Amino acid sequence: MFVTFNGKKFPVAEGRTVLEAARDNGLFIPSLCYHPKTGPAGKCRACVVEIEGMRGLQTSCTIPAKDGMAVTTNSPKVLAAQRLVVDLMLSSGQHDCLSCEQNGSCELQNAAYFLGIERPSFRVDSEPDFDESSEFIYRDHEKCIQCGRCVAGCNNTVVNEVLDFGWRGHNTKVICDDDLPMGTSSCVQCGECVQLCPTGSIIDKRSRGQARSWEVEKVETVCPYCGVGCRIALHVDRKTNRIVRATGVEDAPTNQGMLCVKGRFAFDFVASTERLTTPLIRENGNFREASWEEAYSLISSKLGEIKTKHGADSIGGFCSAKCTNEENYLFQKFMRAVIGTNNVDHCARL
Amino acid sequence: MAGLAASFGSGAMTNDIAGIKNADVILVIGSDTTSAHPVIAARIKQAVRFGKTKLIVIDPKKIRLADYATIYAAQRCGTDVAVLNGIMHVIIKNNWHDAAYVEERCEGFEDLKKEVEKYTPGYVEKISGIPAAQIEEIAELFGKAPTAALFYAMGITQHTTGVDNVWSTANLQMLCGNLGKSGGGVNPLRGQSNVQGACDMGGLPNVFPAYQKVDDPAIREKFENAWKVKLPEKPGLTVTTMIQAAHEGKIKAFYIMGENPMISDPDLTHAEESLKHVDFIVVQDMFLTETAALADVVLPATAYAEKEGTFSNTERRVQLLKKAVEPPAGTRHDWEIIRDLAGSMGAAGWDYSRSEDILRELVTLAPSYGGITYERLGRNGLHWPCPTKEHPGTPVLHVGKFSRGKGLMKAIPFKEPAELPDAEYPLIMSSGRVLEQFHTGTMSRKTEGLNRLAGPMVMMSVEDAEALGIANSEKVRVTTRRGSIVTNAFVTKRIGRGTIFLPFHYAEAPANRLTIAALDPVAKIPEYKVCAARIDKI
Repeated sequence: MFVTFNGKKFPVAEGRTVLEAARDNGLFIPSLCYHPKTGPAGKCRACVVEIEGMRGLQTSCTIPAKDGMAVTTNSPKVLAAQRLVVDLMLSSGQHDCLSCEQNGSCELQNAAYFLGIERPSFRVDSEPDFDESSEFIYRDHEKCIQCGRCVAGCNNTVVNEVLDFGWRGHNTKVICDDDLPMGTSSCVQCGECVQLCPTGSIIDKRSRGQARSWEVEKVETVCPYCGVGCRIALHVDRKTNRIVRATGVEDAPTNQGMLCVKGRFAFDFVASTERLTTPLIRENGNFREASWEEAYSLISSKLGEIKTKHGADSIGGFCSAKCTNEENYLFQKFMRAVIGTNNVDHCARL
Repeated sequence: MAGLAASFGSGAMTNDIAGIKNADVILVIGSDTTSAHPVIAARIKQAVRFGKTKLIVIDPKKIRLADYATIYAAQRCGTDVAVLNGIMHVIIKNNWHDAAYVEERCEGFEDLKKEVEKYTPGYVEKISGIPAAQIEEIAELFGKAPTAALFYAMGITQHTTGVDNVWSTANLQMLCGNLGKSGGGVNPLRGQSNVQGACDMGGLPNVFPAYQKVDDPAIREKFENAWKVKLPEKPGLTVTTMIQAAHEGKIKAFYIMGENPMISDPDLTHAEESLKHVDFIVVQDMFLTETAALADVVLPATAYAEKEGTFSNTERRVQLLKKAVEPPAGTRHDWEIIRDLAGSMGAAGWDYSRSEDILRELVTLAPSYGGITYERLGRNGLHWPCPTKEHPGTPVLHVGKFSRGKGLMKAIPFKEPAELPDAEYPLIMSSGRVLEQFHTGTMSRKTEGLNRLAGPMVMMSVEDAEALGIANSEKVRVTTRRGSIVTNAFVTKRIGRGTIFLPFHYAEAPANRLTIAALDPVAKIPEYKVCAARIDKI
């Protein structure tokens, strides 16, 4: 089927909303409460458009696309409405971009940029309101636009059922349990809310100040912890050769963007100063540094000696559930073909 | 895995993660899923809250997942066979089983039926502590479900009756016709990123890659031709029996890659003695682990984020790792080290120049990986078996028929664990994981925040704590016949009277100083989940 956007016809798949149809075709409509995973919410109204035959402005995230539909996303009326919505969001709270972690990947900033809003028209003074009680997650309530994506993710995706909207009217805010600090609430710090927040309101506490979003390269790999095999994107600062944050890969069939506290936050071991960087050989009870050549030659002569004296079955090998298939294949080949024993196992039982 | 391999012909999770939502009922037994496999737990919770799925949780701890369950039952540790037999007793008595499926696809039903006859709900209540009425309720909910999935983890396997327990889960799923369809299956959750792959690659003493037996002459000939060398015929020793053999002086050298038995092995005092008996130990790791500290040579290896290669996850999905950061100067990839050592020992033809060269060789020898290339794996990977370049992969095993032909049902009598509580050691101790740490802590404990969230502890019931006059967070001594450690009491209503639980991640309070090295006779897995212990106030 086809939908006309701003006078031009575009192919559209069945079952898409007007917003999704526009995005599929590379057209930008500001939107803040919609996320592919949490679905349409129809809350923020930044995505309003005109649709031929329908009265007034419509939220494009909630209207199913239909064949022959004619949509206008760039009329003065549409842009004025979008501008007012985004302007009001910028006016409530403190949306300071300068050292905001989300700068460059902020959806509110993108909307403001698209609509040409340099600074908010209205200033509402507010008191700082943040929560840094959690070990890994920092929340700045003044940057919250109450889109509800974190609440939807916490309740519908990871189903941890911690976040909700609390209080009423102007005082409405996202709370943990019965408005406990996040650190003492039942939150398990899976970070799904961090992943879904369109602004800098809920962020990875430890990545603050580490690298601007445009300075990092995202590399997709597999989480090193449990056996679920979550796909994980490591955000790498090439200048320092360090992982500065990790996010779940949204379209991964294993984890749908979800991670746990370990997968998302526990990558410190990679850059740990305790890493070994040279072979060690025990001498008179203590370790001393050695070259690879010396270590190899000691190992091969010792193993060869023991094999000759006591037989190959006097040597045992443990391969590893944390190494790759290729490494495990090579290890068992080494034990079987080079040492000559089937004494090879790993901690599958442990 | 030995139990599943014998009953179906293939020892791996039968179903895929995406199919969880298709289950009408899910039974989780012996898995603290929200702690050990949080993202699979999320899928189960999604299915319960927003889908058609009803959840049954059977676990000695009232785990978080129990909060989402229609039925939660707490069994005495080590009585799973009796519980599963009891459920099958009620299902058969009421004809809720899938008789046509059993007739067509399975064998051994009469033996099973005869065995479970005596496991009346009343009898099972006496053994397990689960009320008879609850056994009936579980059997009805599970037995009447059109499609039911069963998930387990180490709570089923880490027993002297581990193979029996696993076989019982297979019996139940065959009885109800729940294998070979989406939303069903027997689903053992694998605990480490590539534990499935390490098994698939022949990192086991009795099989070559893809579970081809080392004592099969035809198979051995195939590998001898490929590797151009004579290969040993006799299956080797398992991790646990190697440690024992070292104690007896039969193992003289160990080559250990990325493992830390000095935290992960049962009865650590004994394991440490064993390693000290050994003449020569090589450890290859990222860190100077508790095990590396006992080594003669330590080789510095790289981390997952520094290398290319593949991991196979719990649902048999082979996925590609990409290099994200440069490894520290001085370190080498594990595969480079093994290659170089082979060369140094005079082996010919070990001229792999990148990880992909190794995959290209192994797919010619491992039929279930036959169709896998790095290019085909792309972003989402492939489920093995994937025998040819055109094969799309296999998310669900045993569709139409079992790998071994007919599924084998077996009569499994209940046996008690190796060590039961007595007057001196009145508590049942179980060990396992917490969400915030991982295995021996080599990786997770380097992130300080995790250590602040989860330190050493013993989980104990309010009743036991009150009887001993112990307050929450108080330092206590936990003692078994193997040893004694000091840790912090975590007093909670989530565990029943008479049972305690310790996470094993911590070198400063190692639960494995306390665990028993009693093994399953077939799988040689230690009984981490049951031993007798005592708690003393300090």
